[in-house]
Amino acid sequence: MRLSLHTAPEVPLETDCLCPDQLLGKSAKEIAKLLVFHGNQRAELGEFFHIQEGAQNGTVTVEGDLAKVKQVGAGMSDGKLRIVGNVGAHLGAEMRGGEIVVEGSAGDWVGREMRGGRITILGDAGHLVGSAVRGAAVGMTGGEIFILGSAKNEVGNGMRRGLIAIAGDSGDFTGVNLKAGTVVVLGNLGLRSGAGMVRGTILSTQPAELLPTFCYDTTYRPPIVRTLLLYLRRQGFTIEDVYINGPYRRFSGDAIELNKGEILLYAG
Amino acid sequence: MTTLRIKNGKVYDPINGIDGQVCDICIQDGKIVAEVPEGSPCLDASGMVVMPGGVDMHCHIAGHKVNLARKFLPEDHRRDVQPRVGSLRSGVGGVVPSTFTTGYRYATLGYTTAMEAAIPPLGARHALEELNDTPVIDKGFYLLLANNVCLNQLLAQGRMEEFREAVAWWLNATKAYAIKLVNPGGDEPWKGRRNANVHDLDEPISGFENVTPRKIIRALIEVSNELGLPHPAHIHCNNLGHSGNYQTTLETMKTAGDLRAHITHIQFHSYGGERGKNPTSAARQIVEYIDAHPNISADVGQVMFGKATLMTADAPLTWLLRNITQDKWVNADTECESGCGILPFSYQERVYTHALQWAIGLELFLLAKDPWRMVLSTDHPNGGSFQNYPRLIRLLMDKKFRDEQAKKANPKAIAQTSLLDIDREFSLYEIAIVTRAGPARLLGLRDKGHLGVGADADITIYDEQEDKEAMFNAARYVLKGGEFFIRDYEFCQDGEGRIFHVSPDYDPKIEQVLKPFFEEYYTVQFENYPVSAHYLAHGVRVPTFRQ
Repeated sequence: MRLSLHTAPEVPLETDCLCPDQLLGKSAKEIAKLLVFHGNQRAELGEFFHIQEGAQNGTVTVEGDLAKVKQVGAGMSDGKLRIVGNVGAHLGAEMRGGEIVVEGSAGDWVGREMRGGRITILGDAGHLVGSAVRGAAVGMTGGEIFILGSAKNEVGNGMRRGLIAIAGDSGDFTGVNLKAGTVVVLGNLGLRSGAGMVRGTILSTQPAELLPTFCYDTTYRPPIVRTLLLYLRRQGFTIEDVYINGPYRRFSGDAIELNKGEILLYAG
Repeated sequence: MTTLRIKNGKVYDPINGIDGQVCDICIQDGKIVAEVPEGSPCLDASGMVVMPGGVDMHCHIAGHKVNLARKFLPEDHRRDVQPRVGSLRSGVGGVVPSTFTTGYRYATLGYTTAMEAAIPPLGARHALEELNDTPVIDKGFYLLLANNVCLNQLLAQGRMEEFREAVAWWLNATKAYAIKLVNPGGDEPWKGRRNANVHDLDEPISGFENVTPRKIIRALIEVSNELGLPHPAHIHCNNLGHSGNYQTTLETMKTAGDLRAHITHIQFHSYGGERGKNPTSAARQIVEYIDAHPNISADVGQVMFGKATLMTADAPLTWLLRNITQDKWVNADTECESGCGILPFSYQERVYTHALQWAIGLELFLLAKDPWRMVLSTDHPNGGSFQNYPRLIRLLMDKKFRDEQAKKANPKAIAQTSLLDIDREFSLYEIAIVTRAGPARLLGLRDKGHLGVGADADITIYDEQEDKEAMFNAARYVLKGGEFFIRDYEFCQDGEGRIFHVSPDYDPKIEQVLKPFFEEYYTVQFENYPVSAHYLAHGVRVPTFRQ
């Protein structure tokens, strides 16, 4: 099935129906009638998208510049969603399963409160990847988010389980309030990484300036890093051998919390 | 002239002694009348239960602490969005709903009056603005005066007449309905020393000579009485939540002597055991005292399992609980007047203390001989949202359901109480007392809580059902001031309720005493401090017994 944007929305378009669970098994006519919100106005999906029925192979492809289209794939539990172009905020929010691939860049809140499944973004992502909503303590609780470009601030805010990997740089407050789970940044970490983290792992292959509430423990070669990075390489990340083998400096923190979190920095 | 006759309904009107008899209720121009002319519109309430509109005498629905709680709980609101429907306005629900939603949801349950229980004088403007924006229901607020530096000074100097005049001035200046005491005297040590509080009624309060919590309590009870306020001093005792605090509660009640006093959310003040250790139930001791002393009344402040939000002027308490929850919290103080603490909380069945609190609340309801003086509240949203009332009513009316729920809760806690041994089940008549007639009478609102001639035509009509939770969850018809707001479960109009306030007489000379204090210590000019009448769009002045 293929949907292509024919009219760019003037204001953000909220389309939590753009998700294989809701689209597959429906006819093009039924899909065109699905409810979306254009700003605060109700509208139909067909007012913005051409819908082309295709082979029912469980894949939905959406084309066009969807930078103003929000909630794409929200709540998705199965199937595959391929987005050719950029996509707006809240991509795959509260997603439980299935796979989203974005051949472009994504807005803020990618995989907000995600529970399972996988999101792969070939371009960059905005702020708050895999994070909790404002006010809530817990963000992503499962699944994987792979970003082959860079991400902005507050990656994995309140994350409890799962894996976020970023090929480029991350912004400030990477892994802020991390409860557990793993954040891998192959580029540079921003400032104040791991602030308020309780448990969990943040790994970077580049040097970083850490908060004073993180203490140096040791330099070592943990086998899990090798396993993890080899896994990421198989998923399409380019990782040099030195990082896979190389020693890592371990810092524990955040001392204002439980002090059971760790930041691993490459020590080559 | 609008008239209506409600016929064939089973009427429960405890103030007039009507217990489920089928009789007609006649309404003319917003009031109950004896008879309406032939040919008046008629509502057939066959198979339905007719009650006066519900009266919640203790809840937190307006003012800056409620607003702070709304602001810092966005995660609680997002799953409960109330869109604009018809003439109703949009809002959000959750544990602390927005103003419009608060009004609509109270009305949905059949409540037509709710009193905001704790407003510091400086917050009166804000509270009135929000109450104006809380639709459908009638309301009012209680004024926090037990930690007021200026009043404490007058008390310390023994200037009792000026103390009384000052209280009267304050009630006038803020358009409040009653005097509220919260953790009397506890805020001053809290503000002055690190994490301090008072724990004994006879412990002196730092900064004031000869002032103790007992002195403050006695003085405000006396003033309430002397001014003839329709509702007596409304007291949140010291040591809320601490094991062994029932002694403090008994002492507080004894301090009243034979004067009228209302002890609020008494469940939180009925714990035995030793301070710092696990609490036990002291519901029996509390109930015995209240049964024997008709001058004392109470509302329960039932804890309901699930989400709650603690919001109180008892700032040291929230600090204590914050150390348990380790979650976000707010602590604030209101100049010379009060403290404030807010934190999200969740009562869990498996936790000993929470299960005990739940059981103690039910014990208080079920052991009390006089339901007129042990009325229903959850101290919304402290013990749970008011949206839990239907479930609470079912717990009181249905022994089997209650025992099932008790068996799910922490068994050690339930074994500490006599809950499983109590067979009492409330009748609809008793429910009408604890949710309507009782609170209205305690508030001194003569036109509320009953369906006798001259009463406000605030009427709720429920479909009679076996499952009382379902029955009380949604009223079929709700009339307020004689007009339909809910018809066949649907809102048919929006409207603003009234605001009740008192204005006891006072000697204007007291302003000369207060003004220098304001100039010295307040951020607000004395002249700008009193709330002007235009903040009361639909204000109703309730006369004191001396007016």
